[in-house]
Amino acid sequence: MIMKYELVIGLETHVELETNSKIFCSCGGHSAAKEPNDCVCPACSGMPGMLPVMNKHVVELAVTAGLMLNCNINRYTTFDKKNYYYPDLPCAYQITQLNHPICTDGVVTIKTSEGARDIRIKQIHMEEDAGKLVHGGSFSFVDFNRTSVPLIEIVTQPDFRSAEEVVTYLNKLKSMFRSGGISECEEGAMRCDVNISVRPEGSEEFGVRTEIKNMSSFDAIDRAIRYEAQRHMDALEYEIEELVQETRRFDDVSGKTFAMRNKETEADYRYFPDANLMPIVIDDAWLEKIKANKPVAVDEKAEEYREAGISEKEIDMLLASHKISKLLDDVVAKGCNAKDTATWILTDCAGILRKEGKTLGELEVTADSLAALIQMVDGGKINRSAARKVLIAMIIDGADPVAYCKENGLDRQVDSSMIEGIIDAVIAGNPQAVEDYKNGKTKAVQALFGACMKQLKGAGDPAVIKEILEQKLK
Amino acid sequence: MKYYAEKLSDKGTIAVEDTILMKDVASCAGSRILEGFKSLFSAEAVVRLQEKGYEIAGKTPVGEFGLDLVGEFSYGAEQEGTLSGAAASLVAQGEAEAALGVDMNGATRRAAALAGVDFLKPTYGTVSRYGIISCAASGEQVGVYSKDAAGVAKIMGVIAGHDDKDGTSLPEASYDYVTDKAISGKKVAIISDLLKKADDDVKEKVNAYADALRANGAKVEEISCDLFEVANTAWQILMCAETCNNVSRYDGVKYGHRAASYKNIDELYVNSRTEGFNFLTKAVILYGSDVLSKNRYKDCYDKSLRVRRVVAEGMKKLFESYDAVLTPACAKSAYEAYDIHDAFGKVFSESVFTAAANLIGTPALVSGGVQLLGKHFDESTLLSLAYRVERKGE
Repeated sequence: MIMKYELVIGLETHVELETNSKIFCSCGGHSAAKEPNDCVCPACSGMPGMLPVMNKHVVELAVTAGLMLNCNINRYTTFDKKNYYYPDLPCAYQITQLNHPICTDGVVTIKTSEGARDIRIKQIHMEEDAGKLVHGGSFSFVDFNRTSVPLIEIVTQPDFRSAEEVVTYLNKLKSMFRSGGISECEEGAMRCDVNISVRPEGSEEFGVRTEIKNMSSFDAIDRAIRYEAQRHMDALEYEIEELVQETRRFDDVSGKTFAMRNKETEADYRYFPDANLMPIVIDDAWLEKIKANKPVAVDEKAEEYREAGISEKEIDMLLASHKISKLLDDVVAKGCNAKDTATWILTDCAGILRKEGKTLGELEVTADSLAALIQMVDGGKINRSAARKVLIAMIIDGADPVAYCKENGLDRQVDSSMIEGIIDAVIAGNPQAVEDYKNGKTKAVQALFGACMKQLKGAGDPAVIKEILEQKLK
Repeated sequence: MKYYAEKLSDKGTIAVEDTILMKDVASCAGSRILEGFKSLFSAEAVVRLQEKGYEIAGKTPVGEFGLDLVGEFSYGAEQEGTLSGAAASLVAQGEAEAALGVDMNGATRRAAALAGVDFLKPTYGTVSRYGIISCAASGEQVGVYSKDAAGVAKIMGVIAGHDDKDGTSLPEASYDYVTDKAISGKKVAIISDLLKKADDDVKEKVNAYADALRANGAKVEEISCDLFEVANTAWQILMCAETCNNVSRYDGVKYGHRAASYKNIDELYVNSRTEGFNFLTKAVILYGSDVLSKNRYKDCYDKSLRVRRVVAEGMKKLFESYDAVLTPACAKSAYEAYDIHDAFGKVFSESVFTAAANLIGTPALVSGGVQLLGKHFDESTLLSLAYRVERKGE
């Protein structure tokens, strides 16, 4: 290469929102679907007579995303229709936002090997997803489970200068949105269009721009950018091909990009306002409510956990799921120690779930009940091994910890004289074990200890019991 | 003349135009493209009537998507001779106590005027649009045909009020429609610009109506107002654009008519839609598509939205000086069958009387072959004016 080139990249990222229902009807999100066309109603399958009714939670999640990316939240926001024909689009138009998007002018700071840089966010808008076509034999099938699933599209300014920056940004969005309860960002729930051009270093003018559409794996995005950048530089350097503004797709197998048909790129979408949806006005009260519920940004949250003495590994586990970090925060808010609570959740709860063949994400205990359990242990009302039994009942049967302890006699207050009485009785009732112990079979103490624990039904501190037992045996 | 697209009950007293859906009943909005389509649910207005014990007599044919003059171009029921609307005729003959119709581009009001019955297009947002085969979402509204103002008021009281299923539905739970407001001293304006466009016999009808109002103590005077012409142009642009978009879902893929022969998805679309829509709908689609295209959007569609605001402001001022406006509902008192290739221009010019109310969402009442226009939510003044005139002999 004779000249040095600079890469200029802008990103459009579609993120599927974590809502209970679709954006304009009450159908469950497509993650609830088991069979094709499971989550479909007359509205999201484009039948006449149905009207879109705005899902307010979508607005709240979009605003939350905007707050996390330091955007202006537009108090007046409207929807437009984008017209095109495709069998996976039942109404032959997509409801999206063109003229008054919900969030504009944000910024997000990313850290790469080159240092920290600000990426400007042009806008965030809400829109509905399309369905899916399945081709088989001489037929094509349409699956509308995904139609009208809510998306936000985050559009950046052309501020990226390398593939590394793009991937760093995407990873940051992903962890932010996960911890913010905005999206789990699972495979396919985050899709990118990459706008890319190359210019001689120092030049102020942009080069010819191409757009690589619809990529969902970060690895593919990284490879596509590197390939496309090289293609642009080769074209400029050796004049082997003329660059044209066009839309391209990335072929994962060959690792190359290919121009899409002109027909697909030069469509006039005939955008116009959707008269079925009234403009949404976000007043102060609503915005304050959303702000109050907004999770702390990932960076700040990690720092907060670090200060509480939680390990880096545990922090990663907590931040991977909004549900789990929120559970921890809620339990801590009820007066429990953060580090201990992290252990309860990430070690005890996770362990119990693992035995059940479940993941931590499937944990269904309330902050109230977990806090109550931890406080019973901290207050010496029950010991840790009894607490584990209670926790199993809580996780598997949804038991209430206090009631469970009462029903199973786990909560009685024990004093040392009561413990001593039981230990004496056990020693008297198991002469053989006592004999074995005295003859040097130290393991025999386990049987005696077990018998004591069984009679105490988990009450009392095991360490203390063991100590008294061993003293009495000597 | 075909009165019913589908007769449902001999005991029924309410007719429902075929642009309004009923559960498990074929509904095709007069179009081949929806041939065989049966809805999974009923329109909110129908449900509210049924809940109050009204029985639906049947579905009446409409012109394809309600785009024509009065219903003459209905698939399989094209009219010959003198034109009339099926629902309006059933009410006129006393076969139905009332009928529901969607007022989008004036077909319902013209049909009522020709049949000599009443039809109210209420204020936009007062009656749920849930379950209507929607074309021009920003100005269409379910309205009521009946033999007189009292009959209209009775049915309106049942169907109007907020519905969560329609995002454009206004928050009020219900509305009162009265016919006994005092009309003595009410000021009514006749729009001379519109009167000029009507035939002599229609002019005479308007003037006779004005005399009847005067006889009841109202003050009627003729004024000039140039808003109606621009309102019509703006509404035709918005209406065509919205209709083009809303009927684009009828693509032969999911339901309704699908062409027998096609080689790929593009041919499936083109052949199904070519066969499914009539010439008037195709003209509306092309016109609507054009005004939304990149090159024309700003000068056509966007400008029409601005005209809508100008007309709304102008009409608001007009209604500060007058309680109601009196106009013809259409230029002639009778229409003969004509060639569909002339339909687009014919409907365009006839809609000059009706379009303003669709454009800005104000109420319009047809009674005694003429039209009364009022301000938002003031249906009761219009109904009371009509009521007095209708009861002149008593």
